[in-house]
Amino acid sequence: MSLAPFDAATLFGLMGAILVGLGLYGVVLLESFLRRLLAFNLLGGGVFILFGVVARRGAGAGFSGDPVPQALVITGIVVAFCATALAITLIERLGEEDGDDASGGGS
Amino acid sequence: MTALVLDGGIALLTIGIAAWTIRAGDDFAAVVGFIAYGLVLTLAWTRLGAYDVALTEAAIGGGATGVILMRAGARVKPAPASRPSRLARIIVGALSAAVAAGLAAVVLLPPQPAPSLALDVREHLASTGLGNPIGGVLMAYRAADTFLETVVVLLALFGVWSLGRDAHWGGRPGPAPRPGIGGPLPLFARILVPAGIVIGIYIVWVGADAPGGKFQGATILAAMAILAGMAGLVAAPATSGRRLRWLLAAGPIVFVGIGLAGIPLAGAFLAYPPGFEKPLILVIEVALTVSLAAMLALIVAGPPERSP
Amino acid sequence: MNAAMLATTPGGGLLVAAITVPVIGILLLWLVRPRDVETVALAALLANLGVALAVLEKVAAGAAPLVYLIGGWQPPLGLALRADGIAAVFMAMAAIVLVPVAVYARGQFGAPGERRPMVFWTMLLAITAALNLIFLGEDLFNLYVALELLTFAAVPLVSLDGSRETLKAALRYLVFALAGSVLYLLGVAIIYGAYGTLDLGGLAALRGPDGALLVAVGLMTAGLAAKTALFPLHLWLPPAHAGAPPAASAVLSALVVKGSFFIALRLWFDLLPPERAVAGSTLLGVFGAAAVVVGSAMALRQARLKLLVAYSTVAQLGYLFLVFPLGLGSGAAPFESTAWTAGALQLMAHAFAKAAMFMAAGLVYEAIGHDRIAEFRGLGRIAPLTVLTMTLASISLMGLPPSGGFSAKWLMLTAAFGEGAWWWVLVIAAGGLLAAGYVFRILVPAFTPPEEPAARKKPVVVTREAAALALALAAILIGFLPLAPWPLLAVGRIAAGAP
Repeated sequence: MSLAPFDAATLFGLMGAILVGLGLYGVVLLESFLRRLLAFNLLGGGVFILFGVVARRGAGAGFSGDPVPQALVITGIVVAFCATALAITLIERLGEEDGDDASGGGS
Repeated sequence: MTALVLDGGIALLTIGIAAWTIRAGDDFAAVVGFIAYGLVLTLAWTRLGAYDVALTEAAIGGGATGVILMRAGARVKPAPASRPSRLARIIVGALSAAVAAGLAAVVLLPPQPAPSLALDVREHLASTGLGNPIGGVLMAYRAADTFLETVVVLLALFGVWSLGRDAHWGGRPGPAPRPGIGGPLPLFARILVPAGIVIGIYIVWVGADAPGGKFQGATILAAMAILAGMAGLVAAPATSGRRLRWLLAAGPIVFVGIGLAGIPLAGAFLAYPPGFEKPLILVIEVALTVSLAAMLALIVAGPPERSP
Repeated sequence: MNAAMLATTPGGGLLVAAITVPVIGILLLWLVRPRDVETVALAALLANLGVALAVLEKVAAGAAPLVYLIGGWQPPLGLALRADGIAAVFMAMAAIVLVPVAVYARGQFGAPGERRPMVFWTMLLAITAALNLIFLGEDLFNLYVALELLTFAAVPLVSLDGSRETLKAALRYLVFALAGSVLYLLGVAIIYGAYGTLDLGGLAALRGPDGALLVAVGLMTAGLAAKTALFPLHLWLPPAHAGAPPAASAVLSALVVKGSFFIALRLWFDLLPPERAVAGSTLLGVFGAAAVVVGSAMALRQARLKLLVAYSTVAQLGYLFLVFPLGLGSGAAPFESTAWTAGALQLMAHAFAKAAMFMAAGLVYEAIGHDRIAEFRGLGRIAPLTVLTMTLASISLMGLPPSGGFSAKWLMLTAAFGEGAWWWVLVIAAGGLLAAGYVFRILVPAFTPPEEPAARKKPVVVTREAAALALALAAILIGFLPLAPWPLLAVGRIAAGAP
C-alpha cells in the first residue's frame, strides 16, 4: 500500500472527507431542523463525491470512471432528494401547528 | 498542472461554501449557500468525468432540492438563534475532524490497483443493447435497485401526502391559484415549457447511449410541470384522481410486469429475453420517466392544501 | 475474485415473491376502490406469510440456503437474494407478527379512502417489503435502499394522527434515521473503494485486517445504532413509538428497529475478521448493557403505559447488543454458539411480546379512556382478556419461565458463564429485576379489585383482543423450544466455512 498520486481524484477525495466532517458537525450540533437538514445534504454531497473518487480511480475499459459507483450515486441522489422533501414537509407542517417554535427545538 | 489548479480552486470553493452554509446567520442565507453548493458540486462531478452524475446533481441534487428548500425558507419562520455550548462545539468538532481524518487516510492510501467493475460492465454491455454503461448498471445488472428506488420515490410522495390535513386528503396541492397572473411569467412559461419538454424527452432518449436517462429527464419534465403550474397554465391535479394514480403506478407496474415476465421468458426476474433487451428497457424507461416526472413534480408541490 | 460462484437454487423464486408481493400490494391499494383497501392489504400480508413459511420450510428441510440471482447476473456485478437459516426464521417471524397486527388494525382508522387508513396500510406493506429485503439482501447498497424504504414507511406512521407532538417526534426520528443512513452509505463507499464489490458473500472471502474496512464498519455501525436506538442514540424512540397509533407502535417497536440491527449483525459476524471484531464488540456490549439499565430505569418512572412500553423497548434492544461480545468471544463457531441462538430468541420473543403489549395498551385506552398507570385499578374486571395479554407478554419481557424471554436470557447467562464474563451476568440479572419492577407497576393495580364497579368506555371487539393475545401466546410458546443452540440458525452462514 503506497501513497496515492496527487491527482484530481485524490484532491476531490480530500474535499469529500472535509465535506463529510463539516456536514457531520452541522447535523449533530445545529439547533434548527431546517439547518440540520441542510447539513445532512452537505454531508450527503461529500459521501457522493467519495463514490465519484472511487469511480474515477476505477476508470478503465474505455470508461472515464467505473460505472457501478456512478450508478449508485445517481440512485443515492434521488433517494436523498426524497428524504429532504419528506423532512421539509414535516418541518413546514410543524411550523403551521406551532408558529412560535417553527423550526427549532430539536436535539 | 493548470487542470490541477482549477480542480483545487473548485475544491476550496466547495469547502468554503459548505462551511459558510453551516455558519450562516439566518436560514435563508443558509438555503442560498446550499444552492450554490449544488452548483459547484456539479462542476466537481464534471471534473471527475462523471457527466451522468453531474446532470443528476444539477437537476435533482441542486435543482429540485433547491426549489423545495426555497419553499420551506419562505414558509418556515426562522428559528431563534441559539448557540450550542463551547464544550459541545469542541467535542463534536473533534469527533467530526476525526471522521474526516479517517476518511482522508482512506483516500490517501488506496489499494493498488484500484478495484473496479468497469471491465465486467463492458464485457456484458453488448448483451443489454445499451451504449451507456451507467444505463446498463441501472437497467440490467442492478435493475432491482432501480425498481426499488422507484418504490422509494413513490413512498416518499405518499409520505408527503400523509402530512396534509384530514380535510384536504385527496385534494389539490399548493395554495389556490390567483386569478389572472400578470407579468412576464405566463409568457415565459409558454415559451420555456414546450422547449423543456423536448429537452427532457431528449435526455431520456439519449440516456441509452450517452449521458442522460430517466431520472434526469423526469426531473426536467417535472420542472416544466411546476413552471406551468406557477404560471397558471395548468391546475395542480387532485391527488385522489384515478387518472393521476394510474399515471403514478404505470412505471412501477410496467417495470415489475416486465421483470416477472422475465422469469418464464428469460429465466430470471428482471432478465430480458435475448434480442428484446433494448426495446424492453426503453419501454420501462418511458413508463418510468412519465411516472417519475409526476412523482417528482407532486413531491415538490407538497401535500394537499385544498379540499377535494 | 469470488470464492464460489453462486447459482439460483430450486425454490429461489420464493425470494422474488417475498419482495414483489408486498410491492404489488402497495400499487393495488391505490388503484382499487377505497372499501377494498383493507381486503387487499390483508390478502397481501397473508400471501407474504405463505411465502415466508414456504421459505422457512425449504431452508429447514434442505439445511441449505435459498439463493436467487436477480436478472441472472452473478455478483459482484449483479444482485443476489439469499435466505440462510437466520434470515428465513426472522422473515417468518416478521410475517407472523404482521397478520395479527393487521387483524387488530382493521377498521381502526376511519372510513375507507380517508387519509389515515390509506397511509397506514400503504406503510404497513412498505415495511413488509423493506424487512424482507433486509433479511434477504446480499448487496450492501441494495440493503441501503431497503433501509431507506423502511425509514420512509416508518416515519409517516409516527405522525399518523397529525398532532403537534407526533409531528415533532416524527421529525426527530427522521433526523436520526437520515443521519444513520448517510453514515451507512459512507461505509458502503469505502468498502467499494477497497474491494470493488458490495456482495457480502464475496466480501467475506476478501476480508482482511484492513484499516479501510475498520473505518467503514465503524461508521456503518454508528449509523445503524442510531436507527436501532441503541443507547445513547435512543432519545428519538420513546416519543416516536409512544406517539404512533397502537397498531403502528406494535410494528415499529417489534419489527422496524430490528431491521437495522440485523444489518449490524451481518456486518460484525460476516464482514469483520473475527480477531478484529472481538475488541469492538465489547464496546457494543457496554452500550447494550447501559441501554438495559437506563431504559428499564426510565420505564420505571413513566406515568403513562405507552411511554413505559416504549422505554422497555430501549432496554430490551440493549440485550440484543450483548450478542456481539458473547457470540464473537466464543471462539471458532459463532453460529453454533449459545449466544447466537440467545440473540435470535431475544429478538423474536421481544417482537411477539412487544407487539402484544402495544396492542394491549391500545385496548386499555379504549376500555378506560386513558393510559395513566396510577388509575389502572380494576382494569382486570373491565378488560380481562387484555390484562391476560399484558400478563403473558410481561412474563416474557421479565424473563420468567416458560417464555421466549426466559429462554433467551437463560441461554445468554449460559454463554456469559461459559466465558467467565460475570459482568454480563450482572447486567442480565439486573435487567430482569428492573423489568419485573416496571411490569408489576402495571399488573398490580390492574389485578386489584375496583373500589366501585366501572364500565367500559367502548364496546370490546373480541377479534382484536384475540389478535393481541395470540402474539402474547407466541412469546410464551417459543419458550418451549429446546434450551440449546438451534442448528437451523447456523444454516448457510457465510463465515461458517471461512477461516
